[in-house]
Amino acid sequence: MTTTTTGTPTTPKRSTGTAHTRIEGYEKVTGTARYAGEIPFADLAHGWLAVSTVARGRILSLDVESVLRMPGVITVLHHGNAPRLNTDYIGTLGTPPDPTWTVFQHVRVPHLGWPVALIVAETPEQAREAAEALAVHYEREPHDVAFSATRPDVRPVDGFMPAVTEKGDLEAELAASDIVLDAEYTTPEEHHSMMEPHAATALWDDGRLEVIDSNQGATWVGNELAKLFSLAPDAVRVRSEHVGGGFGSKGVRAHQVAAVMAATAVGRPVRVVLTRRQMFSLTGYRSPTIQRVRLGASADGRLRALEHSAVNATSTVFDFVEPAAGPARVMYGAEAHHTANRVVRLDVPTPTFMRAPGEAPGSFALESAFDELAEKCGLDPIELRLRNEPERGPVSGLPFSSRNLRACFEEGARRFGWADRDPRPRVRREGRWLIGTGTAAGSFSAGAAPSTAVATAEADGTFTVRIAAADIGTGARTALTLLAADALDVTPDRVQVRIGDSDFGPAWIAGGSMGTRSWGWAVTAAASELRERLALGADIPPEGITVRSDTTEALQALTQKERHSFAAQFAEVAVDVTTGEVRVRRMLGIFAAGRIVNPLTARSQLLGGMIWGISMALHEEAVRDPATGGLYGADLAGYHVATNADVADIEADWVADPDPDDPVGLKGIGEVGIVGAAAAVANAVWHATGVRHRDLPIRPDRVLQAVTGAPDA
Amino acid sequence: MDPVPSPTHSGITLNVNGEKHALSVDHRTTLLDALRERLDLTGTKKGCDQGQCGACTVLVDGRRTVACLQFAVAAEGREITTIEGVAEGERLHPVQQAFLDLDGYQCGYCTPGQICSAIAVIEEHAAGWPSAATDDVRPEAGPPPLTPDEIRERMSGNLCRCGAYVAITQAVARAAGARTAPAGEKTTTADREAAA
Amino acid sequence: MREFGYQRAYDVAGALALLGADPDARFLGGGTNLVDLMKTGVERPARLVDVRELPLDGIEPTADGGLRIGATVTNSDLAVHPEVRRRYPALTQAVLAGASGQLRNMATVGGNLLQRTRCDYFTDVTQPCNKRLPGSGCPAIQGEHHNHAVLGASEHCVAVHPSDMGVALTAFDAAVAYETPGGPGELPLADFYLPVGDTPHLETALPAGALITGVTLPPAPVAARSRYRKVRERASYAFAIGSVAAALDVQDGVVREARLALGAVASRPWRARAAERVLAGAPADGATFAAAADAELAAARPLPHNGYKVTLMRNLIVAVLTELAEEAAR
Repeated sequence: MTTTTTGTPTTPKRSTGTAHTRIEGYEKVTGTARYAGEIPFADLAHGWLAVSTVARGRILSLDVESVLRMPGVITVLHHGNAPRLNTDYIGTLGTPPDPTWTVFQHVRVPHLGWPVALIVAETPEQAREAAEALAVHYEREPHDVAFSATRPDVRPVDGFMPAVTEKGDLEAELAASDIVLDAEYTTPEEHHSMMEPHAATALWDDGRLEVIDSNQGATWVGNELAKLFSLAPDAVRVRSEHVGGGFGSKGVRAHQVAAVMAATAVGRPVRVVLTRRQMFSLTGYRSPTIQRVRLGASADGRLRALEHSAVNATSTVFDFVEPAAGPARVMYGAEAHHTANRVVRLDVPTPTFMRAPGEAPGSFALESAFDELAEKCGLDPIELRLRNEPERGPVSGLPFSSRNLRACFEEGARRFGWADRDPRPRVRREGRWLIGTGTAAGSFSAGAAPSTAVATAEADGTFTVRIAAADIGTGARTALTLLAADALDVTPDRVQVRIGDSDFGPAWIAGGSMGTRSWGWAVTAAASELRERLALGADIPPEGITVRSDTTEALQALTQKERHSFAAQFAEVAVDVTTGEVRVRRMLGIFAAGRIVNPLTARSQLLGGMIWGISMALHEEAVRDPATGGLYGADLAGYHVATNADVADIEADWVADPDPDDPVGLKGIGEVGIVGAAAAVANAVWHATGVRHRDLPIRPDRVLQAVTGAPDA
Repeated sequence: MDPVPSPTHSGITLNVNGEKHALSVDHRTTLLDALRERLDLTGTKKGCDQGQCGACTVLVDGRRTVACLQFAVAAEGREITTIEGVAEGERLHPVQQAFLDLDGYQCGYCTPGQICSAIAVIEEHAAGWPSAATDDVRPEAGPPPLTPDEIRERMSGNLCRCGAYVAITQAVARAAGARTAPAGEKTTTADREAAA
Repeated sequence: MREFGYQRAYDVAGALALLGADPDARFLGGGTNLVDLMKTGVERPARLVDVRELPLDGIEPTADGGLRIGATVTNSDLAVHPEVRRRYPALTQAVLAGASGQLRNMATVGGNLLQRTRCDYFTDVTQPCNKRLPGSGCPAIQGEHHNHAVLGASEHCVAVHPSDMGVALTAFDAAVAYETPGGPGELPLADFYLPVGDTPHLETALPAGALITGVTLPPAPVAARSRYRKVRERASYAFAIGSVAAALDVQDGVVREARLALGAVASRPWRARAAERVLAGAPADGATFAAAADAELAAARPLPHNGYKVTLMRNLIVAVLTELAEEAAR
């Protein structure tokens, strides 16, 4: 049967720009959406990782024989019998593989919680008991987890941007400034803590490796696994349909690599699921940072000097840079402008991208410093920022594609009631609570990366779009459906978007706030071309009409500009200085983040980012114990993320900000929601109490100690 | 595979969503793992396996509990309701519908637990239970109104790392309002407060 | 987790018989702590005796005006019981401040009293811990201890008892009833928890093989005006870093009777008797309350990173007593 679509102009109004509930919403609220660890397989075996109990040393031996005799145990993989991996390559993100996920290749232990073996058994209970029973003998070496900015081995590392930028004579401009601020800020080790633990099932199907995984990019993980196991790219298929959160942590990790090794060894499907405690050592985290900010300004608040110098920790086996000094290169100009990202190698797991890497901790320091400078200058904090709005990129000199921070502040100030604020600290009290308000700015880079999409006009009049996108909770599946519908000029119910399968062709990851934009470009291109073809009036054959897109060339043609989303964050807090409790009572974020495809899910994502900001400001902190080198309290009772009760009246909204160089005006909203949020809360705590907190999180003991000697003074 | 009954294994019958399931379990098998691995009821999620996140919330004898801290063998004889059992056929439970309509989720992994928890929260509140957000817990003070603050406290045993709390609170308020509102009246005070 | 046997008891005698003298057997109540400890390997019982079906789930008023609470009453049922809310509102508040709605539906009164510390050196079996492995050392003293004890600790252990419920029960002079094969017994809560000393692994005075059958709350008219306040590092679903259960009877501006207990400061719920002595008969004002707090906290021995708890507890005691006094004056 064939269907003619010609001459059926349904002419729906555009689907993008209005609220749509999630395509997969019914599955998610009924529990029928299956995540990676939930796909049944006949003859499934279960893998359980055994991890090191020392932070540095060598494995001398493992008592494998006794474990092999335990009920249900099929095999034990370790450095002595695991296949050798090919690690000599540059991966999707432009770096060699991080040795913290190329497991079982040698006897060295570079951090506590390092995988030393995988036990494969018939049931998860048997695998777990065997993993716990496995005795591992180590030659223990002294470990070093002492993070400090003054160590001699702190050194600049480029990472994904130059380590150091220097413009002008910093000391001279500081000396010539009327007002100088010099302060150090710290942020602790923070963990993604998405609700779904990392899980993968690997199996061999007719000579092809299949991996059912929970990840942020099927193409990415598939390519890395192909290289690690020396397989042809098309010999690996990675599927990842529903993903229970990622936030930067769900790339290639020990569990997939171990599962592939095990499936190869036992010739059965093998599933490896990480425990919550294992996630704290095996899935990356945000490094702690120590940041020094020096600002020099004229009496009118105009910056003459800006220095932002950041240090983060990384492992001894891979340099990961948390580029906290990066935001200053976008946000503010100065005659002298120096920034530097430096790292120190410690016996800890390798940190990784975590929601707004660089920008989240960097904006805490920079935007706190601006609040302090505003106080010193006697200027309103918004006015100070607006006086320092740069015309062009402060370091690059490039023009901005669009910069609507001013509009964000104007709209936010109006809605938040900023004009009525008494700038003096510690003047509002309600019962036991001191009340204060604060603001901060934020930005996050807007980019796109090459992707491919396939759009098919089906014979039954519907459309199928295939793209190896990942919906990690962002609403990408829904957004891409709306974009495809608009490009095809049909209603969204006629479009089925399929994602999360590396067989759909290469596509970018859900990361860098670039996912939906990158995929949306490819989907729009394929769907638009398909519509043009259909407009020619061809009949649709039974197999449909299929169009493929590849955005590589279009992206290469983009001119170089400063491309960013912007944010104005506002917070109102209540602080009981007698108990140290801080509550965020009200928060507003106004964003300039490109055209918004689906206001319903976009608002959710921006609010989620702001809640991360609250959590970062008040709760989150992984405590590394110097004695063991590991974390103290590596679970969700010890590592606090915000609960529902921590989140009161929070609003997110946006100003018009279509990107002129994107086919549909997109920028990206995944990360900008958190940027500046923690600073807004911290600035509000200062306004409430008169005490500046430069170390996160603002725990009750820190609030108490700030007023010790004068309880409820 | 069903291991042979022994001192460390038992043949049990689990009553889940009104259906009886006979199975042999290793006593170490939690109710959570029995649901997910043995009965293929994977709607109940494993977030932490330690009672610290609420993703595995199920109703046991009508009350919300975490399935990860119960052994399956100890759940025999109890009525277990999971997310798969809360809708009436194709018709979503009002809490499910409210989560869907108001976008009370993002990645969806905590969602079944949130929904099971919310169903119980509405019942607990209707039964007059106070909470840690209730100013005066004495019976003379009467049942507390289900304000957004009450909902937030009562829902705090369900972590949502995506940060969907704002819409979750609105969804619970809407569903609670629908439960108590006379037929035809769609908007309630709680609904308006939560939506404000 | 090792393999284990499972048996269900239906009456107290049956439960005791099933447990017997087996040191590797444990009673299983709500499981909210024991099952977690089995997963982490802290507890490795060979046998569990499930006691949730025991007929100990009632809350009965006693003839003298107190309450008798069965050991298998869930935290939720305890918290919402009208007589608990009327006679001991701080107990309701304490229970509601603990854990989450789900966990309160599972946890039982008996189990709550026996719950173990959440010190991570105790729950991480790869670490030394004198409580878990006597003689192995206490890493918390030199290590992470910002939520550890400031009162009643020793050089062998500085862990805190995590219960909220227990703090209110302690303030109201609860007694723990138990049954052994040799007959019943009762221990005032004040004597139920043992001092830390050099035996932190010995936590309670409960005889081996005994089953907690219930808790008796003596009549306490003072408790009708009582309050529990808990400070924690987020707004809900977290253990306390400090908590106070207090009751105050004020007549003509003078404290007639006061009850005060502190949580998250010691290896057990801490009855603040020194403070109570200062309060009794003194003017119900801020100076008295501060003096009472200081009297109790004079014994505090903070570690390098938990000194804030002394300030916190002082402020919290004063704040809660002030609120109660203001309420009395209304």
